[in-house]
Amino acid sequence: MSTSPPTPLEPLNDPGGEVALSDVRGPSAVGGGWKRFFELLYLISVTEFKKTYFGTVLGYVWSLVRPLLLFAVLLFVFTKIFRLGSTVPNYPVMLLLNIVLIGFFQEATNNAVTSVVGQEAIVRKTQFPRLVIPMATVLTSLLNLGMNLIAVVIFMLVYGVDPTWTWLFLPLLIAILFVLTSATSLLLSSLYVRFRDIAIMWSVVAAALFYGSPILYPFDPEVVPTLEPYQSVMAINPLTPFFAQVRHWIIDPTAPTAVEAVGGWTHMIAPTAIFVAICVAGVWVFSRAAPRVAEEL
Amino acid sequence: MATPSSTDTATEAPGQQAGVLRPVDAPVVIEARGIDKTFRIPSHRIDSFKERMVHPFARVEYRELRALRDVSFEIRQGEFFGIVGRNGSGKSTLLKILASIYRADAGTIRMAGQPAPFIELGVGFNPDVSARENIVLNGVMMGLSQREARRRVDAVLDFAELEEFADLKLKNYSSGMMVRLAFSVMLQSDAEILLIDEVLAVGDAAFQQKCRDVFHEMRNAGRTIVLVTHDMTAVENFCHRALLLHDGELVHIGEPEHVQRQYLRLNFAGADGDSGAAKRVAVPDIHVRLVDSWLENGAGERVTNIEIGEPIRFGAAFEALRDLEQPSFGFHCYSADGLEVFAFNRRLRLEEGQPDRLVEGQRVRIGGTIQNPLMPGRYFLKSWVARLRNPGDLALHGIDVLDFVVFGTDPRRGLVSVDADVDVAPDAT
Repeated sequence: MSTSPPTPLEPLNDPGGEVALSDVRGPSAVGGGWKRFFELLYLISVTEFKKTYFGTVLGYVWSLVRPLLLFAVLLFVFTKIFRLGSTVPNYPVMLLLNIVLIGFFQEATNNAVTSVVGQEAIVRKTQFPRLVIPMATVLTSLLNLGMNLIAVVIFMLVYGVDPTWTWLFLPLLIAILFVLTSATSLLLSSLYVRFRDIAIMWSVVAAALFYGSPILYPFDPEVVPTLEPYQSVMAINPLTPFFAQVRHWIIDPTAPTAVEAVGGWTHMIAPTAIFVAICVAGVWVFSRAAPRVAEEL
Repeated sequence: MATPSSTDTATEAPGQQAGVLRPVDAPVVIEARGIDKTFRIPSHRIDSFKERMVHPFARVEYRELRALRDVSFEIRQGEFFGIVGRNGSGKSTLLKILASIYRADAGTIRMAGQPAPFIELGVGFNPDVSARENIVLNGVMMGLSQREARRRVDAVLDFAELEEFADLKLKNYSSGMMVRLAFSVMLQSDAEILLIDEVLAVGDAAFQQKCRDVFHEMRNAGRTIVLVTHDMTAVENFCHRALLLHDGELVHIGEPEHVQRQYLRLNFAGADGDSGAAKRVAVPDIHVRLVDSWLENGAGERVTNIEIGEPIRFGAAFEALRDLEQPSFGFHCYSADGLEVFAFNRRLRLEEGQPDRLVEGQRVRIGGTIQNPLMPGRYFLKSWVARLRNPGDLALHGIDVLDFVVFGTDPRRGLVSVDADVDVAPDAT
């Protein structure tokens, strides 16, 4: 190695001048400014999305195959074996839409659980807004959902469901689900850093939610009389009024609204409170954990 | 322990690097005050809910590791600033705190703008997408806007000489191509403050040379660079100033040469005992004191440097602070890189019937001439004193007796120049 002495520095433009210093507060959920946050979020989720859709020849087909196969099996079980489906108007359409919606929730949360730990290198070796990591997995799943919904809408029209103006509420419904999914993802991904059995526990809880929420059946005692004794308990689950409202707005305008299905406004308090609690807890736990994540890994 | 503010920028060594204009008047761009960082390392970590349930009241016991304590410093615009220290001294932790990867437990850091940290090459590369997309992604991670990152893709590919592979997925890249790509992306950073870890110094000789060129370029462009390293040559070549950490404490800030010497001292003092800043300054069992040491030329005048090939004439005086039985004196010569070049040891030369001992207050004179095969460079002569002819029973831990520069030129390579009477002749066919 050469041992030439350092070359002289050019005199600086503004010697002795003051440069505005700002506090460095250390790592956080959104370190480095919102603009960078959104650019990173966009780039990472789009990259991941492209990977699934354009990475393989049958990209789009593959991402549809899973919900469609599940749909085919469930449709067979619930129309041919249990006969439930035949009493519910537009049952196949409801089933497919519900599967695609809950599929988004499950895919996003499952991927989010391990996301922060899985991106260890980024967390420990770059200055990276931590919030981008779980949010990118949610956003990638959201893009998937968008693609799947195109297929669902085509199926609905082919099946003969009459479009109603309430279809315009679909973005609102998706926004509600997106908020719940994001908050759950934040909560899970930050807890997983400390408690590694969260992943296993979540797979059980997610399965319970799949069967416990009105996805395979409508939340409507008039159609499913056996639901009646459990109606108020099931209504605590925020997904219950959500799927009831999906059915009312999109599938069957004569079906009860969320409020009617759970039994009046007073029964909406519990699910709304839980929804808000999950959102608050998700943001709070994540932003508390974010500064220390690099050390805990 | 040097106080954090005792920088010797202004006072030090005008002779060695005359003409170097240091950015002493430039505005401060990084200001750290009283940085503390403690890692809590659980001795038994509860990492599942199940364990939490089984032992709901189990206190998790932590071993505390103080990585940094009360570190303060200022870095001025345009400075190339080194952070040096042995492994585990806290230097990488300090860099990560500056880079907002770790959060300091106490203290404040203020900085002019966003720094760009380079802790490892290629962090955040996605193996499943093309180089082009990875460049944009990494560019945005470094702080470029998306538009700017897209604009520079071609420049990056051009510099990395990877234009033909722009649309190849990274998983199909060789590791060499990957390093080239990552390095070229790094160069696109617009940040005025760069935080660079030594792990960048990987790769083959050509790549290292490229790194050095880039460092020089950035330095000359007036960017502020913080480099974590334990390569003293890099500190000497690049840094305007450096900071020495030892066990999380700031030992010294100042001239690279000073830091370098302190670092070597730490290294060798620590080699025969456990670490601890106190030992470096005052070893508990100092039974001998160095009174004086010098180099002299053939005319008997004291000098600081030796011309190449000229014998090393040196003298030193020690004083016994206690009675010492059968003392022996060891001498080790180290290069600036910390390599031991040669060593020898001596006992007291005794008159007939004289006891092999020194009494308290008695002095010894050491002097002589050492043959000098050393190539140009900086060297240290360290000395230790042992008792009872037992090299492990030290009365004085190694201290620097001499610090000198061998000057001149020699076209040969290596650490020492030797006369080689070697013949190469073709065999008769």
